[in-house]
Formats: sequence, structure tokens, C-alpha cells
Amino acid sequence: MNVSVNESNISSEIAQLIEKDLVLDIPGSSLRKEALEIFKRLGLPANKAEEYKDTPIARLLQKNFSFQSPSVRSTADPASFLIPSLEANVIVFINGHYSKENSRIISPDSEIAISSLADALAADDPVVLKHFAKHADFKVDALTAWNTAAWNEGLFLHIRKNQVTKPIIIHHIQDAVAGEVVTVSRNLLVVDGGSKTTLIEKFDSCGQANHFSNHVTEVVVAENAEANFYSIQNDNGNRYQYNLTQFYQLNNSRVNTYSFTLNGKMIRNNLQLLLDGEGIESHMFGLYLLDKDSLADNHTVVDHRKANSFSNELYKGIMDGNSKGVFNGKIYVRPNAQKTNAFQANRNILLTDKATVNTKPQLEIWADDVKCSHGCTTGQLDEEAMFYLRTRGISKDTARAMVLYAFAGEILDNVNHPELKHYLDQLVSERLHKNF
Amino acid sequence: MLTIKNLQAKIDGKQILTGVNLEVKAGEVHAIMGPNGSGKSTLASVLAGREEYEVTEGQVEFLGKNLLEMAPEERARDGVFLAFQYPVEIPGVSTINFMKTALNQIRVHRGQQPLDAVSFLKLMKEKMKLVEMDQSLLNRSLNEGFSGGEKKRNEIFQMAMLEPKLSILDETDSGLDIDALKIVANGVNKLRNKSNGVIVVTHYQRLLDYIIPDFVHVLYRGRIVKSGTKELALELEAKGYDWIKDELALA
Repeated sequence: MNVSVNESNISSEIAQLIEKDLVLDIPGSSLRKEALEIFKRLGLPANKAEEYKDTPIARLLQKNFSFQSPSVRSTADPASFLIPSLEANVIVFINGHYSKENSRIISPDSEIAISSLADALAADDPVVLKHFAKHADFKVDALTAWNTAAWNEGLFLHIRKNQVTKPIIIHHIQDAVAGEVVTVSRNLLVVDGGSKTTLIEKFDSCGQANHFSNHVTEVVVAENAEANFYSIQNDNGNRYQYNLTQFYQLNNSRVNTYSFTLNGKMIRNNLQLLLDGEGIESHMFGLYLLDKDSLADNHTVVDHRKANSFSNELYKGIMDGNSKGVFNGKIYVRPNAQKTNAFQANRNILLTDKATVNTKPQLEIWADDVKCSHGCTTGQLDEEAMFYLRTRGISKDTARAMVLYAFAGEILDNVNHPELKHYLDQLVSERLHKNF
Repeated sequence: MLTIKNLQAKIDGKQILTGVNLEVKAGEVHAIMGPNGSGKSTLASVLAGREEYEVTEGQVEFLGKNLLEMAPEERARDGVFLAFQYPVEIPGVSTINFMKTALNQIRVHRGQQPLDAVSFLKLMKEKMKLVEMDQSLLNRSLNEGFSGGEKKRNEIFQMAMLEPKLSILDETDSGLDIDALKIVANGVNKLRNKSNGVIVVTHYQRLLDYIIPDFVHVLYRGRIVKSGTKELALELEAKGYDWIKDELALA
């Protein structure tokens, strides 16, 4: 393998850290050990690694992190990151530590069982044993292997059968005021048959030191269940993050995912849906609004394993400043997945000469009776629309905000939760300097 | 109110306007006719401030100001309105929000208070009647999926809302059936008054049956080669443009 000295250094440095913290007599420690060995073997993706060619994560971590400072307790007040109008179960993590005083569970245990993942593993919860680390494949991706070996806090969320629950919002706050922060966290959400739930993962940060999070969420959506998943990333310019969200869907389940990336230094989102049943419907929406020198890399995979399912994906991005957007959308239609409908679109606007986007649809279809399509476009601000608006007396700045907001609006329109829609609309409006 | 002197403009290195002279006074309606490619739409675009065109010579004075130095929105705020030949579809921007934003930015420029929601809606309803525009269009995205007639009515509706001093109608009759043409022309006529000027750019005489011009100019190869009254339009309709070309060739 063509790995530079620096990059292999950072991988072995991280491996040593994981090893140092690895407690060998806790539940699940054999899995952690296995994952560590895989991490050591894989190493962080080198510059030439195909799946990470636009996001040189090893180099960025090597350059910007010491991995030496202890994880500090934060004194930050998370109030400004919360969504006040949202009636939801609120769970707050600050620098990877559960913040009891800021968390609030409103759903009864008869609807949602919420426990720490470590406790659930220790109690040999059969649902956890059945699903934990069974869906997020740590054998192929070093970052997932790292997560599986080294996660320190996490939740097990179990939606019981035939329940319609209030949303669950998990805040992942990083406070790097006192220095570098690195967190490794993990969730498992299991939605039992016939239930409907909404999980929101919100990422915010403060502080001038660099901070990195490696976060993996596995979601199991059983027969006739529905899961809505939101990822809201509005960090400051020193946040580096890796996220894997792995869905496992069974017959007649429905999943809607919404990814909003509004800020951050380096964001890598892996969103993977495995459709292991018939009659499944999956929708994936994404909006990334980047400026300065942000890098946001969305890698999505939809894997149709069985017949008669439907997936639809729409990701849109606006790149300003020196920012860089990456979209890679894989659709697999396996031999048994006849009558699959799978659609994908990625649309981008580049606002400056220095902003870039790399977009790559990747369809691999082994079945013959399917309907699949993909399309990607990249353009500049619509000058014709700008001129039209300005000839009506609208200022250049307002016209620009209107055109961009309209572009982003197509994603917001698909948000089906009214309070969240309102909140996201505000975030996007603010971000696009919309003041009309 | 508008004085154009020796206006020359090019786009992509190609000279389109080669020296236009025109004076429009308050209360007058001027028709600009001419064969395809003569520069009619370019003239309309340059007056509205389209940035792709490079003005290489000449002056345009509007109400005492140098129009060519002004941004498109400044021209609009001072009272220039261009009704587009091809109104632009803007998905995601509702007609009502667009109109409210435009009107209030213009009002603020004119030193007026922005309209509140109630007064704004009242004004909209009133002006929509003028062009018999369906209210359901208001909540739809601007011009998106509008028929040709609806788009042109929407242009005149916007004109009614913004109360310009100088309106430039660029081929407003193109793509309209006779009923839509009458509605649009009727709307324009109701907005005509002693203090406003109108420039009607058209290929055919048909629109001028309904919007009666005070002056008719023929634009050919980027300049005005003949001017007259409404009878000139009838003559053009009867004889086509070739006789003008012949006349010029002889001269």
C-alpha cells in the first residue's frame, strides 16, 4: 500500500491510544479488540484511497490534532444550541459526556426504552446483542473500526411495537474553548414493527481549538415501521467530523432522512441504507451550504436487496468562498431486487471561482426489471433570474438570497415535521442572509 | 423624460446598436418596430441595464440622470420598467413574496413606508383585476408553469403594482391570442397617463391597434431609420419591411 510515513504514524498513534483505553474485562471487549486489529490492519484512509480521495482524513487529522490532551469537561451552556419550540425527548452530550441536567425524557418507557449502550450490553439485552455492530460494517472502513473499538458513550433507543413517539433529539456538542477535543460515540436505534419515530442528531460546537468526532449510528427499522432521521450540522469552523448512519430496513418499512450541513471545517457523512425486504420506501434529502474553506463530503449508499422497493434521493448544495462539496451516491440493485424503483439527483451551485464540487453517481444494477435514474447538475447563480428580480427594484443582495433560498427551499419543502421545518427554515434563511 | 443620443452597444464582440437617437416625453407612447435582428430587444435590454451588453458609445439620460451608470434595481426604483419578452421562471419564489419584496424596496427608495400585509393584499387584488389575472397564480412560483398569456399578464400586473414612469414593453404581444392581447393592451391603456412614458417594442402592427402610439420608429441595423405617426405602422403592416431596406439601399 502506498501510505506515506506521516499517515501511518497517525494511524498507529490512534491505535496505541485505543489500546491504552481498552478495558479487557467489560462486556463487548472482544468485539472492541477485533475492531482494533482491523483498524490496525486497514489504517486511516490514505490520500489515494478511492472512497476518501476528496477527503484526506488521515492527513487532516495528522496535521491538526495532537490526540494528547485529555477530554475536558465543558462549562458551555448548551441553551443556544437547543430547539426550544420542539416537543421532544432531549438528550445532550457535551464533549462526549452525557449531560443529565440538560437532558429531558418525556416519552414513557412503554413507548421508548432509553438506556446507555454500555448498560444494555452489560445486561445482555437480546435486542442489543442481535443488532449492535451487526449493521455498521467495521471490517471495511477504518473509521468505523476505530469507532467500534473505542466508543465511550452511546445510547440504545428502543421504540416498542406499534408506538407513535415524540421525536428524540440528541445534541452532540463539542466545546473546544479549553483545548483540543476528540470524541468517539455510538448509538443504536431499533424501531419495532408498526412504530413511527423521529431521531434528530444535532451537531454544534464552540471554541477555537480543533475538535473531532467519530460518530456511528445504527438504525433498525422493522416491518411496517417508519423512521425519520435528521442530521443538523451547524458547527464552527474548527470542527472535523466523521459520521456513519447505517439503516437496516425490513418489509414495508419507511425511512426519510434529512441531512443539513450548514457549517464546519471537515464533514464526512456516510449514510447507508440496506433495504432487506419488500415494499420498502426510502427517501433521502440533503442540503449543504458551504463557505470559507469548509469541506463537506456526503457518501450515500442505497442497497436494494429484495424486490418491489422504492428509493429516492435528492441532495443539493451551494458552495461559496473556497469551500468544497463532495457527493457520491451509490445505488445497488441486487439480482433478487426486481421491480425496484430507484432515483437519485444531485444539484449544485458554485458561487465563486474557487469553490468546487465533485459529484459522482454510481449505479450498479444486477436485476433486469427495474426503473432507475440519476442526474447531477452544477451551475452558477442563475443570472437571468437575478436580472429579472433586479429590474423589479430588488437589490442585488436580496435577489441573490431569494434565488438561493428558492434553490434550498426544495429540500425544506420535504420536511414533514412542522416545528422542525420552521426551525430549519430559520437556520437556512439566516445562513443565506435572507431578510425579506 | 428619456433622451437617447447616439447609443451604440455590443454583445460578445458583435455590434448590435449602431447609433440610436430617441426622445420620449412624459405622456407619450412610442412604438419601436423593425425586422428580426434589428436590435429592438437589445435596445430594451440596454435601457433596463442588462449587464451582458457593453455600451460602446452614446448617452442615455432619464429624468436628468445618467441611466447607463445605474444598476438595474436603481433604474427600476427611479421608475424604469421592462416587461420581458420571455418572463423568467423562478421556481421556489412565490409571486406574492416576490411582488411584496419588490414593491417595498421601491417604496423605501421613494421615502414611503413599506406596505403591511393587509394593504398589500388589497392593492394586489385591485391591480390583478386590471389584467384579469387569476388569484391562484399568486401563491405559485413566479412564472413557473404559467401559460404564455399568464406570463404576459403577470408582466403588466407587475407594471401596475410598481407604477413606473417609463415602461418598456418588449414584444409583449408575442405568443398571445387575440383575447389575451386585448386584456394586456387594456391593462396598459389604463396605466397610461400624462406623466408616464411608454415604449412599445413590437414586430407586428397588431398590438398597435389596441395601444395607439403617438410615434412609430423603425429600427434597422441598430439605428432608427424612419420615424412617423401611427400611419407608419399601418404602412409597414401593408408593405412589410423590404421597402424600407430598399429605400435605405437607394439613399
